[in-house]
Amino acid sequence: MDSTSVISAKNLNLTFETNDGPVHALKDVSLDIKKGEFVSFIGPSGCGKTTFLRCIAGLETPTSGDISVNGMTPDEARKARAYGYVFQAAGLYPWRTIGGNISLPLEIMGFSKAEQRERVNRVMDLVDLGGFEKRFPWQLSGGMQQRASIARALAFDADILLMDEPFGALDEIVRDHLNEQLLKLWARTEKTIAFVTHSIPEAVYLSTKIVVMSPRPGRITDVIDSPLPKDRPLDIRDSAEFIEISHRVRDGLRAGHVDD
Amino acid sequence: MNIRGIIPALVVVGVIFAIWTAAVIPMNAHLTADQAQRDGLVMTPEAPRDRQDFTGLTLAIKNPAIIPLTYTLTRPRLPSPHQVAIEMYETIFTKAPTSRRSLVYHGWVTLSATLLGFVIGTTLGVLLAVGIVYNRTMDKSVMPWAITSQTIPILALAPMIIVMLGAIGIQGLLPKSIISAYLSFFPVVVGMVKGLRSPDGMQLDLLRTYSANANQGFWKLRLPASMPYLFASLKIGISAALVGAIVGELPTGARAGFGARMLVGDQYGQPMVTWAALFGAAITAALLVAILSWIERRTLTRMGMGATA
Repeated sequence: MDSTSVISAKNLNLTFETNDGPVHALKDVSLDIKKGEFVSFIGPSGCGKTTFLRCIAGLETPTSGDISVNGMTPDEARKARAYGYVFQAAGLYPWRTIGGNISLPLEIMGFSKAEQRERVNRVMDLVDLGGFEKRFPWQLSGGMQQRASIARALAFDADILLMDEPFGALDEIVRDHLNEQLLKLWARTEKTIAFVTHSIPEAVYLSTKIVVMSPRPGRITDVIDSPLPKDRPLDIRDSAEFIEISHRVRDGLRAGHVDD
Repeated sequence: MNIRGIIPALVVVGVIFAIWTAAVIPMNAHLTADQAQRDGLVMTPEAPRDRQDFTGLTLAIKNPAIIPLTYTLTRPRLPSPHQVAIEMYETIFTKAPTSRRSLVYHGWVTLSATLLGFVIGTTLGVLLAVGIVYNRTMDKSVMPWAITSQTIPILALAPMIIVMLGAIGIQGLLPKSIISAYLSFFPVVVGMVKGLRSPDGMQLDLLRTYSANANQGFWKLRLPASMPYLFASLKIGISAALVGAIVGELPTGARAGFGARMLVGDQYGQPMVTWAALFGAAITAALLVAILSWIERRTLTRMGMGATA
């Protein structure tokens, strides 16, 4: 294991027992994620990308293999508040204001009232939601709700951000905007981000490392280190380099489909 | 509620009153004919026994003179709407609320038992629901019994409860409240179990990523998420509680309450008393549900869920 690895998986296997027999959600998955990397997981449904993210979070327990987060087991890492998790849907509590939703983890973790207020204000500014603290979720657009859920994951200063298709349900224009904002946020906070998606442009635009996965059994077929610079305007997507990486991702995805 | 919402409701009420008003004629025709004959009118056919062979409607058509009289009998088989209205006006507004002849007095007797029973039933229902959601053994064991409890006819059970509690010296309000609670806990259990289980896997996972304990999960997620379900159940529960209190008054010769008034009206041939009590109970139930709806709207709006309620 590399000394700078934040997340390290070695020969990870996860089998779900179902009525139709065992399902190999993950087969021999090995991966190192270094501090400050932005890693995207891309692949068709059933390839295990979300399952792998849940293993990092300790929400699923691998059948065999080793996984460590900050040098600890996922369970220990979770108790040490190593990561914030952003789900596919914003999942804000409708009965709490935006500010109240963001302070939910802080309440649970026992931060003082003053500290809660200070942190809520800070992360709301970070996702450009300043002034919306007293609004209820239904008064916000889908994109703003998802930003609030990112702020909620940032509120307790975890070094790792795990994001499970956070923009999957949003339209493309909103998604572009949020991708741009996410990159700025990443540059400012220097967090390590693991990001699940099934959009090729999104994966290429955001990541320093792209992990291509394929299903039955869920496995890694290609790991691409992106040569793109850290500073990425939206129009970088028209550059030759960008298109070249996109091709490689697409080829990787196609190769995984051969046995279908 | 806006005008468009009120019109269909008014139409339904209008149709019911029209059917009621029309039904008064055939229902009371025989009694009216007998009375009119005693007052010197000539009826066809003349012998009361022969009139029994005719339906009320035929009799009224043969003797159109009795039609207006069917609405003014002192002891009708079916009182007309205006007779019930007069009885209600007199027993509500012209009698002191402490008088035994006041419907307000009898209403309060039933209402107090209803409210006590509702509080007992709701508390029990919420506690059972929490037990069912958090305890596997209770999940398997309590629900079937809760369902079974509601299949026993309350009319058969109510006298037994009253008599047995009476035997150990418990009388008055509490036995009726227990019957109310028996009927009202069930919708609360069903609604709260559904409500406490309404948070989806993602919301539960979110709490797991914070390493939240079961207590925090209950107070911060499950309980607030169950509020819309709770209010829906409370509205069913309170009407059930009122029915329970009335049923508790019926079989035991209670001297006060809506149930007692219904029984008295029946036994002493005063249908207006029975009908007034019936309407009194219906209006009470409607008011109780309206109050709960108002509290529901206020609470859910304050909780930011008003738009979905």
